[in-house]
Amino acid sequence: MDFVQLIIIGIVVGSVVGLGAMGLTLTFGILKFANFAHGDMMTLGMFTAFAVLGVVRGPTLEPFSIPAGLILAVLVAGSAVALLAASLDRLIYRRLRRRGSALITMAIASLGIAIMTRAVVQLIWGPLPKRYSGGINPSWSIGELRVKPDQLLIVGLTLVLAVVLYLLLYRTKLGKAMRATADNAQLADVAGIDTERIRQATWAIAGFLIAAAGVMFALQAQLRYDAGFEFLLPMFAAVILGGIGNPWGALAGGLIVGISQETSTYWIPSGFKAGIPFVLLIAMLIARPRGLFGSTF
Amino acid sequence: MSLLEVVDLEAGYGDVLIVRGASIHVEPGEIVTIIGPNGAGKSTLLKAAFGLIDIASGTVRFKEQDVTRMPAHRLVEMGAAFVPQTDNVFPRLSIRENLEMGAFRRKGGTTERIEELLGRFPDLGSRPGEQAGRLSGGQRQTLAMCRALMLDPSLLLVDEPTAALSPAARQDLFRQIQSIRDSGVAILMVEQNAREALEISDRGYVLVNGAVALEDRAEAMLTNEDIGRMFLGRSEVTG
Ligand SMILES: Nc1ncnc2c1ncn2[C@@H]1O[C@H](COP(=O)(O)OP(=O)(O)OP(=O)(O)O)[C@@H](O)[C@H]1O
Ligand SMILES: [Mg+2]
Repeated sequence: MDFVQLIIIGIVVGSVVGLGAMGLTLTFGILKFANFAHGDMMTLGMFTAFAVLGVVRGPTLEPFSIPAGLILAVLVAGSAVALLAASLDRLIYRRLRRRGSALITMAIASLGIAIMTRAVVQLIWGPLPKRYSGGINPSWSIGELRVKPDQLLIVGLTLVLAVVLYLLLYRTKLGKAMRATADNAQLADVAGIDTERIRQATWAIAGFLIAAAGVMFALQAQLRYDAGFEFLLPMFAAVILGGIGNPWGALAGGLIVGISQETSTYWIPSGFKAGIPFVLLIAMLIARPRGLFGSTF
Repeated sequence: MSLLEVVDLEAGYGDVLIVRGASIHVEPGEIVTIIGPNGAGKSTLLKAAFGLIDIASGTVRFKEQDVTRMPAHRLVEMGAAFVPQTDNVFPRLSIRENLEMGAFRRKGGTTERIEELLGRFPDLGSRPGEQAGRLSGGQRQTLAMCRALMLDPSLLLVDEPTAALSPAARQDLFRQIQSIRDSGVAILMVEQNAREALEISDRGYVLVNGAVALEDRAEAMLTNEDIGRMFLGRSEVTG
C-alpha cells in the first residue's frame, strides 16, 4: 500500500490508542499504579454500545456509516464504564488503599479485574465477532489519497475529547484538584481536598474515555471479546512515550505508536506490526523512562 | 477552653511508636512552639494530630470536639490548617492554583481571598501564573502558608517553616507568623531555630523521645539553662 495511505491509517489507529491512553495515564498519574484492566474496559465499552444499538438504531448518518443510535450508544457505554470503574474503586482499590497495600497489589488486582471482565464479556456476547453495521463506508478521494468519513470522525472525536479534557484539567476546580492529587496526594488531603472523591472522579473520566475509544475502534473493525486487551500494550507504550501522568503526551504517544505500527508494514510483514509498540516501549524504558515530554501536566 | 487539646497521644508508623504519650494544648490566639532533638517525633505529632497517620491511642480535641482519627479534609472544614515540613506546595500547579486548592472546600469568595493574599505578599503577587516548583525556598514557604490561610482557619500548624531559609528570609517568616497570629489565628509551630521561635511565642514544649519533657511559658524557656545549653546555643550563633 502507498506509504502516505499507511500514515493515514496510522493516525486513525493512533487516535484510538491515544484516546484510551489519555485515561490510562490519568489513573496512572493519580492512583500511581498500572491499571491492567483498562484494555478490557475498552472491550466492555464497545459491547455495551453494541447492546444499545440492538435496541435503538435509527437511520444511518450520511456520510458516515454509523446509525444515529450510536450517539446514544457512546454516551450510555461511556457512562456505564465510568460508573463501573468508579464502583470498582470503591469496592476494591479503596479497601486496598485503606489497608496500606502496596501499589503492586493494586496492579495485580487490576489484572484480576481484567480477566474477569473479559470472561463476562465472552459469557454475555459469546466468542464470535460482531459488527455495528453491515454497510460499507465509501472513501473520499483527495488527490491520490483515500479517506473514509468514519476515519475523520474517529480522529475528530479524539481531538474534541482531548480539548474537553484539557479544559477540565486546567479550568475546573475538579481538574485542578486532580492535578494537585497527582502532584502530592497527602498534601491534597491537608489542603482540604477529599482525595477519595477525586480518585473516583478520575476513574470515571478514564472509564468514559476508554469506552469512547472502544466504540471508535469498533467503527473500523469487528468487536471481539479480546479486542481491548490487544490494545493494552499499545496504550501502555503511548503512556510511557508521553510520560506517565501526561495526557497530551499520551495522545502524542498514541499517534506515534499508531503511525509507526502501520507504516512498519511498508517494510515488514504485517503479521509483525503488533510487535512495534513492544519495541517502542522497551526502547523508551531504556532510553528515556520519563517519556519524551516528561511527566508534567 | 482550649482550641486544640492532644491528650496522651501515641502514634507512629506501622508497629513502631514514635509519639509516646504526648499531651499538648493550644489556646485561641496563642503562638506555641515545640522544640526537641532530631527524630524526637515532632513532625509525627503534628501529622497524627492532623489525621494523617495512624493513632494508636489517646485523643485529639479541636474546638471541644473529638477529632481523633478524623480525615484531614474534615479538620480543614472545621477551621484547622497544616503546613508540612517538606513538600508543602504543589510543584506543578501555579501559585494561583496552589491557593485555589487551599480553598477547595469554599463555595464563594475564593477570588477575593486570593487577591487579598497576593496583595499582601508581593513576591507571589507579582507572578501568580508561575509554577510553584520554580519558587525559592522562602517563597514556597510563604505560598504554603498562604494556601493554609485560604479558609481563614482558627488554628494553623506549621512544621519547621524556617528550616531551609536564609537568616533574612527567616526573620521575614517569623514576622509573617506574628502577623498571622495578630489576625486572630492560633499557631502551633515546630522549630529548630528555637530562640527566634520562642521570642515570638507565648508558650513552648520540649519533646524528647515522643513525650513532653518540659512545658513552660516562652520567656521562662528562653532563660532556662538546660534549654539554653541544648537548644538555644546554635540559633544564637546563626541567628
Ligand atoms: N514515613 C515514615 N515511616 C517510618 N518512619 C518514619 C517516617 N517518618 C519519620 N519516621 C521516623 O520517625 C522518627 C521521628 O520522626 P519525626 O519526623 O517525627 O521527627 P522530628 O522530631 O520531626 O525530627 P526532625 O527535627 O528531623 O524533623 C524518626 O526516627 C524517623 O526515622
Ligand atoms: Mg520534623
